Amino acid sequence: MTERRTMTINMGPQHPSTHGVLRLVLELDGEIIVRCTPHIGYLHTGMEKIAESKRYQQVIPITDRMDYLAPLSNNLAYVLAVEKLLGIEVPPRAQVIRVMLTELTRIASHLVWLGTHAIDIGAMSVFLYAFREREAIVDMYEQVSGARMMSSYFRIGGLFADLPEGFEKTVQSFIASFPDRLVEYEDLLTRNPIWIERTRGVGVIKPQDAVDLGLSGPSLRACGIAWDIRKSNPYSGYEQFRFEMSRGTHGDVYDRYLCRIFEMQQSVAIVRQTLESLPGGPVVVADPKLIPPPKPMVKQSMEALIHHFLLWSAGFTVPEGEVYQSIESPRGEYGVYLVSDGSNTPYRVHFRAPSFVNLQSLPRMAEGRLVADLVAIIGSIDIVLGEVDR
Amino acid sequence: MGHIRGAEENLTVSKLRERFPEATFSTRSFRNETTLLVRSGDLIRICRHLKEDPGLLYDFLSDLTAVDRFGDHPRFEVVYHLYSLQYKRWIRLKVHVEEGEAAPSVTSVWGTANWHEREVFDMFGIRFEGHPDLRRILMPEEWEGCPLRKDYPVQASPKWWEEGAAGD
Repeated sequence: MTERRTMTINMGPQHPSTHGVLRLVLELDGEIIVRCTPHIGYLHTGMEKIAESKRYQQVIPITDRMDYLAPLSNNLAYVLAVEKLLGIEVPPRAQVIRVMLTELTRIASHLVWLGTHAIDIGAMSVFLYAFREREAIVDMYEQVSGARMMSSYFRIGGLFADLPEGFEKTVQSFIASFPDRLVEYEDLLTRNPIWIERTRGVGVIKPQDAVDLGLSGPSLRACGIAWDIRKSNPYSGYEQFRFEMSRGTHGDVYDRYLCRIFEMQQSVAIVRQTLESLPGGPVVVADPKLIPPPKPMVKQSMEALIHHFLLWSAGFTVPEGEVYQSIESPRGEYGVYLVSDGSNTPYRVHFRAPSFVNLQSLPRMAEGRLVADLVAIIGSIDIVLGEVDR
Repeated sequence: MGHIRGAEENLTVSKLRERFPEATFSTRSFRNETTLLVRSGDLIRICRHLKEDPGLLYDFLSDLTAVDRFGDHPRFEVVYHLYSLQYKRWIRLKVHVEEGEAAPSVTSVWGTANWHEREVFDMFGIRFEGHPDLRRILMPEEWEGCPLRKDYPVQASPKWWEEGAAGD
């Protein structure tokens, strides 16, 4: 018997289809991947460490920069965790606006995934269309917060500000046209024989392996496991909205694709319901210790001035304790573990980033497959390296 | 929200006490979330039981991390968040680890613990006994110090600074 020789090569950290600075060490037998070892950390910026030296409100902009394709989802998980520690609930209008914007975020995030995933496998045109639609959502972020990506729109105790005038109309016109656009993407891909050839039966993971490896989000649901935190443990009033959970059967790249397309349709349905049910009223809690007073008040009232001064110099304190708050981000379970020592800065914040955990499944999906399949598999897990490395 | 509470909480805890009469653990409840503090020697069998008992089924390890209680003894807490896909609830487990001691690795119970434990090792320097591949994950391999320890400066490690590596 001749000796079996393998070759070890590096893929990344600079490689267009690793979606950021991910390095994979591949041991190859011809074109077959024998072993795949991910190396991460190239984008590590010590966000959890930095958060320990910031006041509670000041951590929100850090969360934007983690999963930069879904900044509002990160904001939401963090502010919900702090609100849980404080034991407060935000007014209904703020809750519904939060749901509306995180669902728009889900669509925007899935659009980036769709475009880049398709371009990785060679379907060039989808990318241009997906980014055209995403642009409309990024414009909405700009309308509400002034920033196109790092919006930091959700605040502890509510929102940065109420929706600007005409915003509902903008959203309305987007969700009126978007479902037809989705049909167009599906026309390009869903029954495209090349697409099916490249994705069906590729990167399969068994349901029990997926649970063991902590896979969550659409990638888990594509294996047939029905777990969506919006349904199982609703937060921010998700229980009021009717939508269906995506679900696949084969756990391959194609089913993950179908799940995310379906989720975009469902997100449109949720956004439509939020527009119909949008209540009036304030968008922040009536607590001067948490929410700064309106500027004119500061010039007239001694108390308002004191609150203003305190909020900007010392922030607010949070009761001693610890909480864990999870949300269903576009990528899966995004959890925030927050420990407070009763001061005005978090004692410890840990972000359970779905991309970090999901990436661990990559070797299981890729080993035994061709190198060309690896590109399709990485795209299908939908990682954001900013969140993997934090 | 979603964490075990009330009667269910007592059920989980009493089931555990019944099954492990000799194991000592304490429970704490805050904002409807339950924390079980267990001894590190009991951790693996309690985890396995929590995962496999048909009435508990905490089959999903959501998160694993650590907290540095600098100044306290034992110094570290390793924190586990378990989720039951069947009963849709979380529970938090904790073990105390003194500096220089190792915690038992739960990789044999949940595969996903592999990277989480590497991250805790990298950031806090806590070793996990029985881990198949314990090495740094986020920081460079030759890095000195554990960034998330409370006695580690936010800006740079002193040695790194003194040697002028920052300016090169």
